[in-house]
Amino acid sequence: MTVNDSIVVVLIASSIFYGTPLVFAAVGELLAERSGVLNLGVEGMMLIGAVTAFWSVQHLGGPTWLVLLLATMIGGAAALATSLIHAVLAVSLRANQIVSGLALTIFAGGAGLSSYIGNVGSLGGQPAKHEFTAINLFGLSGVPVLGPIVFHQNALVYASWALVILALAYLYRTRTGLHLRAVGESPQTADVMGVNVARYRYAHTLAGGLLAGVAGAYYSLAITPNWIDGMTSGAGWIAIALVIFAFWRPELTLAGAYLFGLFSSLGFVLQAHQVPLPPELFGSLPYVMTVAVLVIVSTGWAKQRLGAPASLGVPYIREER
Amino acid sequence: MAATAVVLLAAGKDPIATYARLFDRAFIEPGSLSNTMITATPLLLTGLAAAAAFRMRLWNIGAEGQLYLGAVGASGAGLLLRDQSGAVIIAGMIAGGLLFGAGWAVIPGLLKAYFNTNEIITTLMLNYVAGLFLTYLIFGSRSFWRDLSTFSARAFPQGKPLPAAAMWPSFDLNLVVLPFGFVLGVLAAGLLWWLYRSTIFGLQARILGDSQSAARYAGVKTRRVVVTMMALSGALAGLGGASEIGDFRHVLDPRGLQQAGLGYAGIVVAALGRYNPFAVVLVAFLLGGLANAGYSLQGPGFPAGLVGVLQGMILFFALGGELLIHYRISLPLPFGERGLSRQ
Repeated sequence: MTVNDSIVVVLIASSIFYGTPLVFAAVGELLAERSGVLNLGVEGMMLIGAVTAFWSVQHLGGPTWLVLLLATMIGGAAALATSLIHAVLAVSLRANQIVSGLALTIFAGGAGLSSYIGNVGSLGGQPAKHEFTAINLFGLSGVPVLGPIVFHQNALVYASWALVILALAYLYRTRTGLHLRAVGESPQTADVMGVNVARYRYAHTLAGGLLAGVAGAYYSLAITPNWIDGMTSGAGWIAIALVIFAFWRPELTLAGAYLFGLFSSLGFVLQAHQVPLPPELFGSLPYVMTVAVLVIVSTGWAKQRLGAPASLGVPYIREER
Repeated sequence: MAATAVVLLAAGKDPIATYARLFDRAFIEPGSLSNTMITATPLLLTGLAAAAAFRMRLWNIGAEGQLYLGAVGASGAGLLLRDQSGAVIIAGMIAGGLLFGAGWAVIPGLLKAYFNTNEIITTLMLNYVAGLFLTYLIFGSRSFWRDLSTFSARAFPQGKPLPAAAMWPSFDLNLVVLPFGFVLGVLAAGLLWWLYRSTIFGLQARILGDSQSAARYAGVKTRRVVVTMMALSGALAGLGGASEIGDFRHVLDPRGLQQAGLGYAGIVVAALGRYNPFAVVLVAFLLGGLANAGYSLQGPGFPAGLVGVLQGMILFFALGGELLIHYRISLPLPFGERGLSRQ
């Protein structure tokens, strides 16, 4: 048994594997929230992404890498289209964003459109024809400790790292990123500066949808390569909680996502090591830990609401400026 | 209606015929009105649960889990009191449902009150935990709720059936049979309306919903109001779980309860009723009719996911329509008064 088979290395590698969809979904939600739009429809959008990506994989022909790329893009595009509903309601019609987001999850979620698509396409109960598998990057997967953790992950894991760097650069190093933050903090000011508030809010809500769709595709093409109704089982909600843990900063979503990846994988790894505890206990671990971490975060920084965009969830009405 | 017609057309159905059939199956055919009452009962109770909390902008999304716990409490009470008279068993089941639902909701209530933890996330996470707990009781353990009496029940896990005396009564009004849970729900709606309208607690809740700081200046014990309201909301959802057991299922059935998604549907009901208890009764009745007709139409050609799609779309249009209802052309305030008006 080498060091790479030790439980610690396996746990770290698999927490990155299980945490990656949360990175996509959380960064997407972060972008939407930075523009001032709270979208509670992440779970529903992820499921739309998961089902459409899975459908694409079953129906598209070609080399595996191309099929997977197209399927992920289709999943993202479908979820983007879903998020348009929330954008119209929240930005143009100034509806209550909490109820609108919940409606989106009911509409698209486990007993809604995603389940309908799965039903019509009879996608349940068949294995994916293509799936994301770990890449042996630069042939370094055998390197002790770092090999399985850094150099033996699937393509979407590497894409998520690039995404976090891009999001950081975008938010803090570009003019549009600056405008975005202004829109989220004070849309009145941004409007006076000549920034089109509605356009920013639309664009970033849709970007959030796109990334949620990619996160969903990760579920149906990497974690469990098949289609089950409601297969994301609450990950969309954990992603929303992650944005709060991360104080609305992309780099911290990475840490948070891997922490939750750890809780998800702990059950599987410990069960493989024959720890005699009920599987339901491990299954509830990510949810219980989400609550626990949320409590810790909200006690320490509750007064400052550290990092929360000041106009989050508040519709912008120009006539009241 | 028009938009759902488009969906039905896209799904290859004739919308007008479908609507006619829906209406027929929901309200007209013999026995259909009673079936509508059966589907409306849990929607009424979870709808009231959501309406009670949402009214003061306390976003309890946890009716789903609170309903599961209520079902656990009610079936536990029904099994424990199996040798008592019917009235005692039923009272025990109601109490069990109320207490377990309230107890589960108090957890996020306390976290919200003392740590200002976002209740949307915590109530939602607890739904998943409650679902796993249900599964554990029947499928993962040899618990009190599980039937271990026969060989087949040991091989294929299922809940212990409740005694016949634990079945809740129903009221036959000739035209329609009212389940006991529906009657309780209408009573609860009246109680909730009175609570918000005529009690100090209701006033405090309304103030707190409008402005936290105003409530604190007015001397409202905000923590107590938040925790109490969560308990009340959870108790209503728990009663929904008790009614599921007492009125309809008579056994703790994790799969059936989790597939029904009654707690989430309650959010739709509450939002459409604009958090008014009596409107919730009406909406629950109408959506109950839709769901009932949906079940009877749900052949191989009418897949399951459409129910959620229709619910979501109804909500979208209700939300979008609100702007039009409340649209007023108003002149901007003089400059000096603006700060006040926005606070």
